[in-house]
Amino acid sequence: MKASAGGYARANDVPHALQLLALAGAAGRILAGGQSLVAAMNMRLSDGDMLVDITRIGALRGVTDTGDSLHIGALTRHAEVGTDPLIRTHAPLLTEAVHHIAHAAIRNRGTIGGALAHADPAAEFPACAVALGAVIHAEGPEGARQILAEDFFEGVFTTALAENEILTAISVPKADAAETQIMEEVARRGGDYALTGLCLVRRAAGHRVAVFSAGPAPVLARAAMAALDAGDIDGAVAALQAELDPPSDTQASAGYRRHIAGVLLRRAVERSGGQGA
Amino acid sequence: MTIRFDNPDRPNSYIGKTVPRPNARKLVEGRGRYVDDIVLPRMVHVAFVRSPLAHARIEGIDAAAATGVKGVLRVFTGADLAAVCTPWVGVLAHLKGLKSPPQNALAVDRACWVGEAVAAVVATSRAAAEEGAALVEVDYDPLPAVTDTMSALDADTPVIHPGLGDNLAFRRLHEEGDVEAAMASAHKVVSARFRTARHTGVTPEPRSILVDWNPAESQLTAWHATQAPHMMQSVLAEHLDIPESRVRVICGDVGGSYGIKVHVYPDEVATAAIAKVMGRPVKFIADRLESFTTDIHARDHEIEAKIAVAKDGKILAIDVDDWTGIGPYSVYPRTSAIEGNQVVNLCGGPYDFANYRARTTVVFQNKTPTCQYRAVGHPIAVAITEGLVDMAAAAIGMDPVEIRRRNMYADDAYPVTSPAKMRFEGLSHHASMDKLLTLMDYDALRADQAEAMKRGKRRGIGIASFIELTNPSPFMYGIGGARISAQDGCTVRMDPDGSVVALSGVTEQGQGTEAMLSQVVAEGVGVTPEKVRVITGDTQVTPYGGGTWASRGAGIGGEAALQAARALRHSILEVAGAMLQADAGSLDIRDGQVVNADTGAARLPLEELGRIVYFRGDTLPKGLPRELVQTRHFITMDYPFAFTNGVQASYIEVDTDTGVVTLLKHWCVEDCGRVINPQLVDEQIRGGIVQGLGGALYEEIHYDTDGQLLNGSMADYLVPMAAEMPDMVIGHVETPTLESDLGAKGAGEAGTAGAPAAVMNAINDALRPLGAQVTEMPFTPERILRALGTITD
Ligand SMILES: Cc1cc2nc3c(=O)[nH]c(=O)nc-3n(C[C@H](O)[C@H](O)[C@H](O)COP(=O)(O)OP(=O)(O)OC[C@H]3O[C@@H](n4cnc5c(N)ncnc54)[C@H](O)[C@@H]3O)c2cc1C
Repeated sequence: MKASAGGYARANDVPHALQLLALAGAAGRILAGGQSLVAAMNMRLSDGDMLVDITRIGALRGVTDTGDSLHIGALTRHAEVGTDPLIRTHAPLLTEAVHHIAHAAIRNRGTIGGALAHADPAAEFPACAVALGAVIHAEGPEGARQILAEDFFEGVFTTALAENEILTAISVPKADAAETQIMEEVARRGGDYALTGLCLVRRAAGHRVAVFSAGPAPVLARAAMAALDAGDIDGAVAALQAELDPPSDTQASAGYRRHIAGVLLRRAVERSGGQGA
Repeated sequence: MTIRFDNPDRPNSYIGKTVPRPNARKLVEGRGRYVDDIVLPRMVHVAFVRSPLAHARIEGIDAAAATGVKGVLRVFTGADLAAVCTPWVGVLAHLKGLKSPPQNALAVDRACWVGEAVAAVVATSRAAAEEGAALVEVDYDPLPAVTDTMSALDADTPVIHPGLGDNLAFRRLHEEGDVEAAMASAHKVVSARFRTARHTGVTPEPRSILVDWNPAESQLTAWHATQAPHMMQSVLAEHLDIPESRVRVICGDVGGSYGIKVHVYPDEVATAAIAKVMGRPVKFIADRLESFTTDIHARDHEIEAKIAVAKDGKILAIDVDDWTGIGPYSVYPRTSAIEGNQVVNLCGGPYDFANYRARTTVVFQNKTPTCQYRAVGHPIAVAITEGLVDMAAAAIGMDPVEIRRRNMYADDAYPVTSPAKMRFEGLSHHASMDKLLTLMDYDALRADQAEAMKRGKRRGIGIASFIELTNPSPFMYGIGGARISAQDGCTVRMDPDGSVVALSGVTEQGQGTEAMLSQVVAEGVGVTPEKVRVITGDTQVTPYGGGTWASRGAGIGGEAALQAARALRHSILEVAGAMLQADAGSLDIRDGQVVNADTGAARLPLEELGRIVYFRGDTLPKGLPRELVQTRHFITMDYPFAFTNGVQASYIEVDTDTGVVTLLKHWCVEDCGRVINPQLVDEQIRGGIVQGLGGALYEEIHYDTDGQLLNGSMADYLVPMAAEMPDMVIGHVETPTLESDLGAKGAGEAGTAGAPAAVMNAINDALRPLGAQVTEMPFTPERILRALGTITD
């Protein structure tokens, strides 16, 4: 099918982008890497969009060390996340996640901000953000604000971001010395969205587990986390499976996804070097 | 003159060698010319309004809003086109009892599957046509949809076409020997239920057609991505009421076909009808999404099957009950009964046994029509046969290789006729198996499997022997009344510069036909392959032929090319003899030079001979024939089909926690007779295997019970991709067919035929110690875990 865009404008900086968004009203739509948006437009799942291209805004790109955390600009490409030394050192979960995301051509264009704003329930980065306790930075006509990742993802393709806001960055707390960060997933083919995936973070403050592709948004599995903190892996698996209400589709049933979440948790715990705290 | 193909040092020895593909550079540089690259003056685009319902009466079509869209020129309904295009019926006389209702270019009154075209919007751009199509309002009155195959014939299932009486399209029962008695007295009887999923053949280039009607010449020209230009010429002529001679079908570069592009598609015929009505060129390029609901589907079979074996592993009987649902129409003109018919013809194929019963039941459904797709019926028949043989081996505690050895036709048994009444001229099951076991180092692999087991890894080895139908005679379609040519022709001509042009009726779909033709002609004439330009795919230019289907290009088209090339060589030498005052028999042509046959001494370059013939013919003796254009045709006469054979092996690992299957390695030894171009053959086998692996692990079209297609995009319909593909080792045994000098049989489908069964057997080899078995393809992680009993809800 042929896409039918309503219009296109390129923003020079964030205020310009916000201005363009405001002008476009409900039809306004940020264009970042285009790896989800353009595909949707080409299938006419989205039409009449007034595209606001933010890709030339240099300030939204790149990784900086801000002391306790890393600041990752929204336009940082998946491929850049995958090779960035700061990220590898302080947030290795993101490095590992990139290996599971799509294929090289898509990773060269797709942006971390786009992946977070798009909020595909099967995407890796949203779950990483939740597992890491990351903070999402947004800017709108009323100014800038910060949203805790676990409050950001509301449902399938829906987030706490308002229509007139731009996601500008994500900041991720730096891993503590003994922290382990692990991602496990099952996909039908390399680069496919996961049938189900799981992030495990074991840090001094306790375990964090986020599951993706097992519900409308990443699930922070609090009961499983508590069980892991107590050193009860079987209890954690049972709690995790009870916490999930996964969908069934042509790739896998809810039962399969629930089962796999348990398998992935065991594997992640084993890789992290044992039974928890 | 017989070419001694076994002598690699012979002059002009291009047959049997890997030579560069003449079209490779063009395609790699993006300089190919596909239908969508062609832009004609006054050209318009058509987009189709497609039924969102699986079965519905069309109460009315309101095109007012659509015609208001800028660029939209006209909207056609089914009734509009029915006035200029007659309907067709997809039946063939030799498939006794096959029935199907008349089908129109656009649905008239009733839509019968999701995606059936019900109206056409013509506009100055594809985008405008789509814009218009979205605004055409069709008033549908929903009718009950039939979607389940096994209950399609039940009394309480609605009949899709009341005029036909029931939902049965075709049924065939074949019986040989006494199956009941053999089963009753057998040492062991093993039964299983198999399922192969609905597939479609995802071509890199979608279906494409551009049709121009020139009223001043009363000529219709169709640029068409098709496998069978001459068949399409016939079809368009007949249904648009144009003399066949006034229809020209041109097929340039084609981006893959796999059988998808050998059928008559209503939207493509509609495009031609619209061109005729509007008197201007009309282009239709299917997009990926509409391809999923309109390209033919295939392989949607459910099978109940049994095998009886003696204590020593001898197969006593095979009993197969095959069911398939084909959509609401049998596809024209090849019909949708062929796949089921092939299952009956091919089950048990490699084995010498006496008692065979097979029945196929082909029913109508409200889904996309199914028809022939690469290796038609073979992956199903091979999965049934090889699945049963492995299960029987396990039941009597015999090695899977051993049970096959005890049952395969001996290599010196030919000619033989199988219990399915297939006639085999010469096959090499045992030699192929020997070669396979050497290539894969079977014993070492078994040791590796046992070693892996100690590390908790479940690995499995699967073997699948197969036969493959190639080089079809008119017994395939022609005898049923279809204007589908089994013969093929080639014209070879020498131009003044000594170069050669070959015009062939077989076609290039990306598989390398033109490379094959260039080397056959090069050897036949005595020039280098780059001196040969090949022209295919133009009904007004090439000799009449069948095109690409049933692995016939090399075996049929190649032989016609060889004979034509030799005839040209003969004519050239006759002229050369006169020019050199030598006996033509003492001369030869090598590397574009006339030489002395005995010494190889150069006598005359072909360009000099060309100069004389074409510009100074006055210097040649009066009455000397100087026909530097020769045409020959070839048809097989002795056997209805040239069967090939082969054997594949798969080595896999199953993750029993997640159900994920990893393909570790794959082997195939096959016998396509004379190998003309080893690299092309190997790549055909590999590509075919990849499509077979897709069927085994990934590909499955899902419908819900209302007939909605649930996974019609590349995100949801999983095709095999490079990262998951194993290394493939390909070997050959060569048993040339004696029907031709070339001796080539087909190689395009063998890979697809055997791969799914090899993977199934490998998975079951890995799962057997756990008491689990899978027989429903594709073998998704979930199906593996359900077989293991890990998930039960
Ligand atoms: C074949 C294929 C496979 C894929 N596989 C995976 C996979 O396995 N895992 C995975 O996670 N992803 C996968 N993706 C998606 C890919 O990661 C996308 O790049 C990503 O989801 C979106 O990022 P983008 O920069 O391309 O955003 P775009 O496509 O440009 O935008 C996506 C949406 O986010 C909005 N948006 C983008 N940036 C911002 C912003 N800064 N502020 C506010 N809104 C914004 C857009 O308006 C749009 O609605 C796949 C994509 C393809 C095509």
